[in-house]
Amino acid sequence: MDLHEYQAKELLRAAGVPIPPGEVATTPEQAEAIAQRYGTAVMVKAQVHAGGRGKAGGVKFCKTPADAREKATAILGMTIKDLVVEKVLVTVAADIASEAYVGIIVDRATKKPVFMVSAAGGIDIEEVAASTPEKILYYPVDTRYGLQAFEAMRMGFFLYKDAKLARQAAKIMQQLYTAFMNAGCSLAEINPLVVTPTNELIAVDGKMVIDDNELDRRTNISDLRDTSSEAPSEVDARNANLTFIKLDGNVGCVVNGAGLAMATMDLVKYYGGDPANFLDIGGSSNPEKVVNALRIITSDPNVKCILFNIFGGITRTDDVANGIVTATKQNPLKVPIVIRLTGTNEELALKILQDNGFSASSDMDAAVQRAVELATKGAAA
Amino acid sequence: MSIFIDNGTKLIVQGITGRDGSFHAKQMMEYGTQVVAGVTPGKGGQQFEGTVPIFDTVYDAVQATGANTSVIYVPPMFAADAMMEAAAAGVKLIVCITEGVPVLDMTRVYPYVKEHGARLIGPNCPGLITPGQSKVGIIPGRICTPGNVGVVSRSGTLTYEIVNQLTMAGIGQSSCVGIGGDPINGTNFIDCLAAFEADPHTKAVAMMGEIGGTDEQEAAAFVKQHMKKPVVGFIAGQTAPPGRRMGHAGAIISGSAGTAAEKIEAFEAAGMGVAKRPVDFVDLIRARLS
Repeated sequence: MDLHEYQAKELLRAAGVPIPPGEVATTPEQAEAIAQRYGTAVMVKAQVHAGGRGKAGGVKFCKTPADAREKATAILGMTIKDLVVEKVLVTVAADIASEAYVGIIVDRATKKPVFMVSAAGGIDIEEVAASTPEKILYYPVDTRYGLQAFEAMRMGFFLYKDAKLARQAAKIMQQLYTAFMNAGCSLAEINPLVVTPTNELIAVDGKMVIDDNELDRRTNISDLRDTSSEAPSEVDARNANLTFIKLDGNVGCVVNGAGLAMATMDLVKYYGGDPANFLDIGGSSNPEKVVNALRIITSDPNVKCILFNIFGGITRTDDVANGIVTATKQNPLKVPIVIRLTGTNEELALKILQDNGFSASSDMDAAVQRAVELATKGAAA
Repeated sequence: MSIFIDNGTKLIVQGITGRDGSFHAKQMMEYGTQVVAGVTPGKGGQQFEGTVPIFDTVYDAVQATGANTSVIYVPPMFAADAMMEAAAAGVKLIVCITEGVPVLDMTRVYPYVKEHGARLIGPNCPGLITPGQSKVGIIPGRICTPGNVGVVSRSGTLTYEIVNQLTMAGIGQSSCVGIGGDPINGTNFIDCLAAFEADPHTKAVAMMGEIGGTDEQEAAAFVKQHMKKPVVGFIAGQTAPPGRRMGHAGAIISGSAGTAAEKIEAFEAAGMGVAKRPVDFVDLIRARLS
């Protein structure tokens, strides 16, 4: 789960990281009032789950409260990477002498959280990594011991020759690590970490991504989820315990298992079609899940054909068949459906489907080809 | 012959009285796996299905039965503790089926298990099976048949799909291992490829990867440098959009890393066969066996 900048900053501030004052506004009037209260130049920053906000015009410097109001008017309601901006962060603008990057990410190779620090901050760290890798220090942390003082100090001195700044930076590393662990992050970063003209360090932007598997045991974090910034169908699917990602094609896919779901999407493409979604109904066999899956898929007007691909292991195919029958009785389908199922209780499933006027096959390739054909025909009609 | 499990596997089921644990314990027993003990704290002294003794701790179960393998079906928030408990009790092969284990928990579990000299498979995996001998986990037994193709995969149902197609084409398997789709897991492709290379009964390997990370690229480099046996690979997620997590925590393309295209390229560079579709495994494997 992605956090907004203002949410990440609140968590970082709670851990002790020095961050310029800021508040969220949802109207231009609020933005003006906040700027008025600060009595200094501010930044107005779009709060959406997308990178490249600055390049898209979603981050502006404002000298006066009236200016903040004007910029907020432009930013609120603007669309950045398909996401509508509904909130802005109004924050005191910082004077910048230099910018560094500090981040922690869970690394698959070392199987540890790894610090990445670089004096070349402010821009895309991936660019720095690609063009000048020697400017980045990678430092894995053993979570059984936590970040040690000498480790934080080493990173501090990697960034700054000045001992006072290095010590300040080391303290911020500890605070960032604490925030990272306490929130159950898979990524946390401060970019840029700024040195002010008076030689103080402040975090001007912050980002956190939470491991979804942590949310059950951290309700203070899961409460931060902003459903208004997600596609409604994805929110609906999550509430129904389905993994769903909306795509642009017209073949609606219902599959059990993430790997098979990806392979099914690939096969749709292979046969010249375009998947409308990724949808994994998971391992449990519950007809209700199928009903929800069909409801979500058929609410997408782009879908011209529905494709079921079920390999019954734990999933009982008769449960899936019952789900299809129940769902289509409640809401008769307006588009054709192609059903491929095989595995646990297959004979029973085929009988249930036949008794209710559906046909099904056990061949994955044939089913996908048929679905692509029907979707193409439906799109042309 | 096989890798990791065989007739000598003596299994503990952690969470044997839970919904999933009890169902799959029965399935494994029906398949012929020696399930020697169950563990559920507070239910020690009881019996599962009238035959399998239940213990309060893994330590007690190992002491009483000499079990060498454990399979874990406990809820995600308890899985880290269960894995470490098994390692501390001296279990040498630990298979964690549980899905949804926080990755930061795994940063503690992985070094702990390693320091205890145990092998961990998973978490978030379907387990493994040596057809005709033993199954540990949830892979449906009836889709497998004994033979000499090693199967290793990051997926669950996709593995079943491909194993089933191999079986229907008359191509049997030595062992099938599902290593799981999480970013930090106990056993990776290279561990399995090395084991298959060393197993005299395995003649070829089928490997199913996914988008995300660099495990498949490293596996391809291993194949090129260390393997004499032929390997055929497949990558799921060729059409997945970048930046979106495709169900598995590991299945995400971030930045320019982990795309299907670069993985397939690595397979080709290593001289591996590349299956474009799951069904292509049948012909590619058959050609390499003859």
